[in-house]
Amino acid sequence: MGELKLMKGNEVIAEAAIRCGCDGYFGYPITPQSEVMETLMAREPWNETGMVVLQAESEVASINMVYGAAATGKKVMTSSSSPGISLMAEGISYIAGAELPCVIVNVQRGGPGLGTIQPSQADYFQSVKGGGHGDYHLIVLAPASVQEMNDFVDLGFQLAFKYRNPSMILADGAIGQMMEKVQLSDFKPRMTAEEIDAKYGSWATNGKKPNRERNIATSLEMDSAKMEANNKRFQEKYAKMQAEDVLYETIRCDDAEYILVAFGVSSRICQKAVDIAREKGMKVGLLRPITLFPFPKQIIGEMAKRVKGFMTVEMNAGQMIEDVQLSVGCAGCAVPVKYFGRMGGIIPTPSEVVQALEQKLIGG
Amino acid sequence: MTEELIIAGFGGQGVLSMGKILAYSGVMAGQEVTWFPSYGPEMRGGTANVTVILSDKRISSPIINEFDTAIILNQQSMDKFEKMVKPGGTLLYDPNGITRNPERTDINLFKIDGTKIAADLGNVKIFNMVVLGAYLKAKPVVNIDSVEKGLQQSLPARHHKLIPLNLAAVQKGYELLESVTTL
Repeated sequence: MGELKLMKGNEVIAEAAIRCGCDGYFGYPITPQSEVMETLMAREPWNETGMVVLQAESEVASINMVYGAAATGKKVMTSSSSPGISLMAEGISYIAGAELPCVIVNVQRGGPGLGTIQPSQADYFQSVKGGGHGDYHLIVLAPASVQEMNDFVDLGFQLAFKYRNPSMILADGAIGQMMEKVQLSDFKPRMTAEEIDAKYGSWATNGKKPNRERNIATSLEMDSAKMEANNKRFQEKYAKMQAEDVLYETIRCDDAEYILVAFGVSSRICQKAVDIAREKGMKVGLLRPITLFPFPKQIIGEMAKRVKGFMTVEMNAGQMIEDVQLSVGCAGCAVPVKYFGRMGGIIPTPSEVVQALEQKLIGG
Repeated sequence: MTEELIIAGFGGQGVLSMGKILAYSGVMAGQEVTWFPSYGPEMRGGTANVTVILSDKRISSPIINEFDTAIILNQQSMDKFEKMVKPGGTLLYDPNGITRNPERTDINLFKIDGTKIAADLGNVKIFNMVVLGAYLKAKPVVNIDSVEKGLQQSLPARHHKLIPLNLAAVQKGYELLESVTTL
């Protein structure tokens, strides 16, 4: 393992990118994630690993640079915060449509519009349901610690390449700005042109070889029958993600009667809320979805058969609650699913969560 | 052991870097740590604060609404955070920064004349290290060895020549902590 450091979440994204053998980063600054590119620029990885770091003229340019570079089979990424991700939405849809791997980091801030620069989780729908146009999904990873900001860069690339689909690391201003102890990863070399050709030569646009047809990266297909076939293939891919790559964590759920469901920094707050609630004699546990797409529906369905209710805690107006309700309903259960949250950059406190739990679920 | 601490004062007093050096000292002592700053549209002359949590267990919420200890370096922070110290907790302040003494009777109160001590040491910039030393006397969450290692890790190499001065400031603060009320 690499060194033990105290670092900001945003800085760790940059360091993890260099260490996992990333070939290129294209971005445009925006609070609260500007430290990602700042750290990369200060580290000058082009001298060390040959990684390209480029500040584009806009978010639209960044994502299209990612699109082009991803088409060549390289490991490439970008990062932004909510309004910047909206600008990238078209390009993200194109990348998903062209079936190319990349990592997109969204360090969310409060919206809508320019909103605030304080932490938020209001881009849940945008991240897991689409964002851009068309029937596509991103693989969405929700880190809850600075350590996971490190770990999910490599994981994001692995999943992106496994499925030839963009991965998103959906963080928030709190995880991006706070410092925690982090065990950095070991350095992995960047892949050579030969390795890329051997592994991804069937689709990478890395120069036509005599023994194969030319590869074309496109999301355009004028023949509807072929476009439908493409869509069916995408759907099979999403079903495979659901079957093979769901990640979640459970805390004190074994004997729990009530389950809090929260991701990212909200899950950290809920961990403390669980401890406070347990001290007060309430049997509460926490389910933390780590992949928001694919969503951990199955475990929620299983829990719904034995618990008395769920409450989601989100820094938005109640978005993930819809997926929890669906998961409970699909399991044929009717236990209550409630929501508690704060918006606009306000972070709920553990005691507010416990109070909401008492008022909305346990008392009611 | 879990210590949930808020350090609050004016921007420019070294609040965030004091927190960072403490957090790094915790890492060096093998603890879990979280450093959570107030960030946002802050301005020069405005308030700055940072929550630092040190624990021997996995840290849950980095955002908390009551603290084991508050280090308070200006009046605005006194107004905001005095009431957020847990009963039985600790409040450490520099009397130069405040216009009203703390009023709580259910917490331990300490003061440190950090501004004057730093001036006497010949460098007002080490004010925050004096306060850190005082804090470590009141709450010995890490030892001085770990602080030295924390300084080495958190300061860029070009500033390592300042480590002895910083450690002297920590030592002075440690020696000159004044107890106001002990429960």
